[in-house]
Amino acid sequence: MLLSRTLLRRHSVLPGFDLALGFALLYLSLIVLIPLSAAFLKTFTMSWPAFWEAVSSPRVVASYRLSFGASFAAALLNAFFGLVVAWVLVRYEFPFKRLIDALVDLPFALPTAVAGIALTAIYAQNGWIGQWLPFKVSFTPLGVFVALVFIGVPFVVRTVQPVLEDVSRELEEAAATLGASRLQTFTQVILPIVLPALLTGFALAFARALGEYGSVIFIAGNMPMVSEITPLLIITKLEQYDVPGATAIAVVMLVISFALLLLINTLQTWARKRQGGI
Amino acid sequence: MNTLAVPAAKLPQAGAAPRALRPATGEAPWVRAALIVTALVFLTLFLFVPLAAVFVEAFKKGWGVYWAAITEPDARSAIALTLLAAGISVPLNLVFGISAAWAIAKFDFRGKNLLLTLIDLPFSVSPVIAGLIYVLVFGLQGWLGPWLQTHDLKVIFAVPGIVLATVFITFPFVARELIPLMQAQGQEQEEAARVLGATGWQMFRRVTLPNVKWALLYGVILCNARAMGEFGAVSVVSGHIRGQTNTMPLHIEILYNEYQFAAAFAVASLLALLALVTLGLKYIVEQRVKHQRRGAGDRAE
Repeated sequence: MLLSRTLLRRHSVLPGFDLALGFALLYLSLIVLIPLSAAFLKTFTMSWPAFWEAVSSPRVVASYRLSFGASFAAALLNAFFGLVVAWVLVRYEFPFKRLIDALVDLPFALPTAVAGIALTAIYAQNGWIGQWLPFKVSFTPLGVFVALVFIGVPFVVRTVQPVLEDVSRELEEAAATLGASRLQTFTQVILPIVLPALLTGFALAFARALGEYGSVIFIAGNMPMVSEITPLLIITKLEQYDVPGATAIAVVMLVISFALLLLINTLQTWARKRQGGI
Repeated sequence: MNTLAVPAAKLPQAGAAPRALRPATGEAPWVRAALIVTALVFLTLFLFVPLAAVFVEAFKKGWGVYWAAITEPDARSAIALTLLAAGISVPLNLVFGISAAWAIAKFDFRGKNLLLTLIDLPFSVSPVIAGLIYVLVFGLQGWLGPWLQTHDLKVIFAVPGIVLATVFITFPFVARELIPLMQAQGQEQEEAARVLGATGWQMFRRVTLPNVKWALLYGVILCNARAMGEFGAVSVVSGHIRGQTNTMPLHIEILYNEYQFAAAFAVASLLALLALVTLGLKYIVEQRVKHQRRGAGDRAE
């Protein structure tokens, strides 16, 4: 009753608004909002110097550097190869195309722990791929990068693919008629159209990589200052009963995640406008 | 900005033109081949080889070891706990998804965009932090910790904590699949049902549900896959008690850290199989949803 009277902008003959929204809000509060607020409230009980000490000690800063650096590099690699994969899947025909298309979502479906042990095994020095490489991958920061590439694969492909499908052939024909080469058509006509989606995919992959834990800890080696990611540090602190320290780092990560979420929403709105305008 | 005028010198020369009968909007065959090979090499190195490795490693020591690894008591209890956690969290998030989608897609109300953003929130939170926040609420030093202890209830390092963490991680899946479809379908059909005298329940069961059943199934499949495979969040709240609070992914971790690689990969292969089934179902359902969306689009026109 109360909800429909205060929130509804237009009267509707459909039933169930109060019940549906009421339940949704209650459930959202209990499962997500109240527990999340616990993290922020917990840090308010810390003094500022204690908070600062917890989030800026050298070991923590080293973990930020690794988490951000590896996530950024992995998202970048995925942006490039994701675009190629999306392009190939949309434009060309080749054997097993549908199977391959379906398998692109594997990182969404495969549990991270499974991915972690599999990647560790094949990129280890005696592994299927590791033995051919002149440098160590598993148990180094490079291993973190490999795991983050794996979990980020679907994001760019799946955001770029539908946009690429919608690019009208007339535009490309017009470009060709005007004498543009294929490369010029791509860089000056197609790329500007898919750019918002590409950036969205990049940001999604980056955000996901920042928080990733399961696939990374097996392959990373987890050496403090060298190959220790920030989420692992949170767990380490928890296991040492340093709950405030763990929470302080978690709050820093949360604020960054929310900022990224905001950025992604803005990018998506831009993408939608860009697409609608064509 | 997009001036496509090209200097005359760069135009293809008339005499050399028809190298092949490829259309002006296609690439040269070698470019095409190079791109396909690039894409396939990338996917092979990062997706296909790891997937194959799971199964090869699982059977490296033969069927006997494989079978023993997935039927020993600890593995069985891990499988049971994983099924339990998914069995509770998927229906809960299903009910939430339907409620949220009904309110968001069929009504126009203040704060709708905020609600949409909040529903997506769990996707942007690291699984480790998802576990941590429940420790802060239910843990010994947490808000409800002392109360729980005096009543001899355990949430953290026990099954309820594992279920809660799983619910959090899989929170948005069903809602996200339903909302765009139901928004596209509009509310005319439901309104017609109401005008014709259907009760709210009849309208929901005979009009709304059949319209969204494939998207619903799709959301449930994704939700279930994530629920069964969740590692980070569950790892924080589980306490890793063998035979009691170990889910399948945690069991894999323990086996792996004990260098029982074949056993670890054997249990992992079950989850990999689940992932493949999920992708297969997803593919089938996706085709249906596409078909249905097209139908909804046609009606709207």
